[in-house]
Amino acid sequence: MVTATGEHEGKIGRMKLRIRGVTFSYGSIPALNDVSIEVEASEVLGIVGPNGAGKSTLLRCINRILKPQRGAVLLDGADVSEMSMLEVARRMGYVPQNSPMVFPTTVFDVVLMGRRPHLSWRCSADDVKKVLEVLKALRIEDLAMRDFTELSGGQQQKVLIARALAQEPEVLLLDEPTSNLDVRHQLEVMELLRTLADEKKLVVVMAIHDLNLAARFADKIVMLNAGRIFAAGKPADVLTPKNISKVYGVDAVVSEVSGKPFILPLKPV
Amino acid sequence: MGGGVEVAAESRVLELYERFVSKKFLFIAGTLLLIVVLVGVAVTLGSANITVGQAYAAVVEATLEKLEAAVNAMMLGRLELHFAPDFDVPSKYEKIVCDIRLPRVFMALVVGAALALAGTVMQAILRNPLASPFTIGISSAAGFGAALAIILGVSLTRSTIWIVAGNAFVFAVLDALLIYGISRMKGATPETMILAGVAFMYLWSGMTSFLQYVGEAHAVQEALIWMFGDLTKATWLKLGVTSLIAAACIPYLVLKAWDLNVLMLGDETAKSLGVDAGRVRLASMLFASLLTAGAVCFVGTIGFVGLVAPHIVRMIIGGDHRFLLPASALFGAALLLACDTAARTVLAPVILPVGILTSFMGVPLFLYLILRRRREYW
Ligand SMILES: Nc1ncnc2c1ncn2[C@@H]1O[C@H](COP(=O)(O)OP(=O)(O)OP(=O)(O)O)[C@@H](O)[C@H]1O
Ligand SMILES: [Mg+2]
Repeated sequence: MVTATGEHEGKIGRMKLRIRGVTFSYGSIPALNDVSIEVEASEVLGIVGPNGAGKSTLLRCINRILKPQRGAVLLDGADVSEMSMLEVARRMGYVPQNSPMVFPTTVFDVVLMGRRPHLSWRCSADDVKKVLEVLKALRIEDLAMRDFTELSGGQQQKVLIARALAQEPEVLLLDEPTSNLDVRHQLEVMELLRTLADEKKLVVVMAIHDLNLAARFADKIVMLNAGRIFAAGKPADVLTPKNISKVYGVDAVVSEVSGKPFILPLKPV
Repeated sequence: MGGGVEVAAESRVLELYERFVSKKFLFIAGTLLLIVVLVGVAVTLGSANITVGQAYAAVVEATLEKLEAAVNAMMLGRLELHFAPDFDVPSKYEKIVCDIRLPRVFMALVVGAALALAGTVMQAILRNPLASPFTIGISSAAGFGAALAIILGVSLTRSTIWIVAGNAFVFAVLDALLIYGISRMKGATPETMILAGVAFMYLWSGMTSFLQYVGEAHAVQEALIWMFGDLTKATWLKLGVTSLIAAACIPYLVLKAWDLNVLMLGDETAKSLGVDAGRVRLASMLFASLLTAGAVCFVGTIGFVGLVAPHIVRMIIGGDHRFLLPASALFGAALLLACDTAARTVLAPVILPVGILTSFMGVPLFLYLILRRRREYW
C-alpha cells in the first residue's frame, strides 16, 4: 500500500514496522512463538494478554534488547538486527515496565538522557529545548528539578515516557505505560500517545492490561496467549467475550460505548 | 491555559536548569580554590617559620622544576627546555618543600582524585550506593600481592619497594581481570560482579592471613604496616607513575559520562538508548580498577574517600556524570589532602597513617549524611 502523504520529504508511503515470525525463549523457557505483526505510522497497536503471555518479551525483541532466535523485525524494510545499536536507538524509543533508579537525579537530567542517541558529549541548546518541550507536553514542568527517586510511581512513569519522547523516535514502544497512573493521568497519557501517532506520524506499540483503554485508543489489538498470537485485528473483533474467556479465563460482557467496545469482567471461570 | 503562561513556565524551568548547571560549575571552581588553599596550608604547616608567600613560591618553583626535568628526560636530550622560574626562596625551605612536603601533598591529591573517581564509576556501573573502588576486591588483592613479596623474603628496603609495589599492582589487576572473565561468562550484571568481587575479596584476605600465619614476625608486621594507607612513602617518582596510570585511565571514563548516566536507568533502558550496557560496564570496571590499583600499590588501602566523596558531591550537584566525575575527583583530592594534613598535625610530632584518619573521619561524616537525608536510598 502506497499512500504518499508528503510530510516526510523523500519518503514515499508510510513508515512500517513489520515483525516476521519472531520466536524467542529465555534459555529453555519459551516466551514467544512465531509472532508476526504489522503496524504503520500513525497507528497505535495495543498488545494485550495475561501475565507471562510474552508482551514485554515482544517489546524487547522489537527493540533488539533481546535477539529473537528466529524471525526478524523490519523497520521500513530494513532488518533491525543489522542496524547499529545507536541507529536503533535513534529510531525507536522504549519505556520499560519499571526503571531501577538508585541515585538521586533530577527529572530534567533523566529526560535529558533520552537525548543520548543524538548528542555528542556536550549537549546543545537544542537538546535542552527538546527536553523543555517534552516536559510541557506531559505537563510535568513543575517536576523538572525534583529528584526522580522521590516521585510517586505515576509521576515516575510520566517522566520515563517523557524520556522516551525526548529521544524523538519514529517508533515508540511502551510497556504498560498506564499501570501506575490514576484515571485522569491514564487518559492524559493515552490522549498524548494518540496525538503523537496522529500528528507526528509515530508508530506506537504498547503492552497494556486495561482492555478498555486498549479498546478506546488502539487502532489494532494483538492478543497474546502463552507466547502466541491468539487473535489480532480491530478492537471490536479481538475483544470479544469468547476470546476474553479463552485467554483470560474470565466471563465478561462486552457492550458498546460511543462506538468502542466496553468490557466489563464479571467473574473468573 | 493561555500561551503566555505556558511560555513563562517553560522559561522558568530553563532558568532553574541553567542555575543548576552554574551551581555545578561553581562547585568545581570552589573545590579547585579549596585545593589551592589546602596545598598552601599543607606546605606551611609544620615547616619552621616559612611564610605563606614563600610556601606558594616554593611550590610553583619546585613543581615546574620537576616538570621541566621530566619533560627533558622524555625528550632524551634532543631538546632542552627551561621554563622553571627562580623565586627568591631560602634554599633551606626550598629543599623541605621540594623533597619532603610536595611529593606527599601531590600524592594525596592524585590518590584522592583517583579513588573518588573510581568510586563514582563503581557506584554507577554496579548501580549500588555501597560500592567503592574496593568493592570488587582490588585492595585485598593488592594487600596479598604486597604481603607475598614482603613475607616471601624481600623486605622493604629502598630497592625492593618497587618489587612490593609492582607485586601489589599485578595482583590488583589480576583481581580485576578475574572479575572481568567471570562477568564475561556469566553476564555482566551488577549482581554477578558484586558477588564475584566479594568472593575474591575473601579469597585474597584468606591467603594473606595464611601468609601471616606462616611468615616471620617482623615480615608479617611490615606487611601489615604496608596495608595501612599511608602517604609517608610518597616520592616524586612514585607520584609520576601513579599520575601516568591515572592519566591513562581518566579520559575513557570521562568520555563515557553519558553512558554511565544512562546505565543508572537500568540495562534495558540503556540498551534502548544505544548503549551496550554490558560492554560499558566491563570496560569501565577495568579502567576504574586500574586507576585504583595505580594508587593503592604505592600508598596502601585508604578507605572511605572512594565511598564518601561521590555521595557528598552527588548530593550537592546531582547525578550527571559529566559534572559528577570531575567534581568527585577534585573533591576527593581535597578531602584526602585535608585528612593527610590533619594526620600530620593532630598528634604532632607523631604522624598518623592517613588511612586510619580517613576511616575515623569518614564514619561519622557518612552516618551524618545518612541520618540527614530525607529519604534513604538503599
Ligand atoms: N529474564 C527472564 N528470564 C527467564 N524467563 C523470563 C524472563 N523474563 C520473562 N520470562 C518468562 O517469559 C515469559 C513471558 O514473560 P513476559 O515478561 O514477556 O510476560 P508479560 O506478558 O510481559 O507479563 P506481564 O503482564 O506480567 O508483564 C514468562 O513465562 C516469563 O516467566
Ligand atoms: Mg510485562
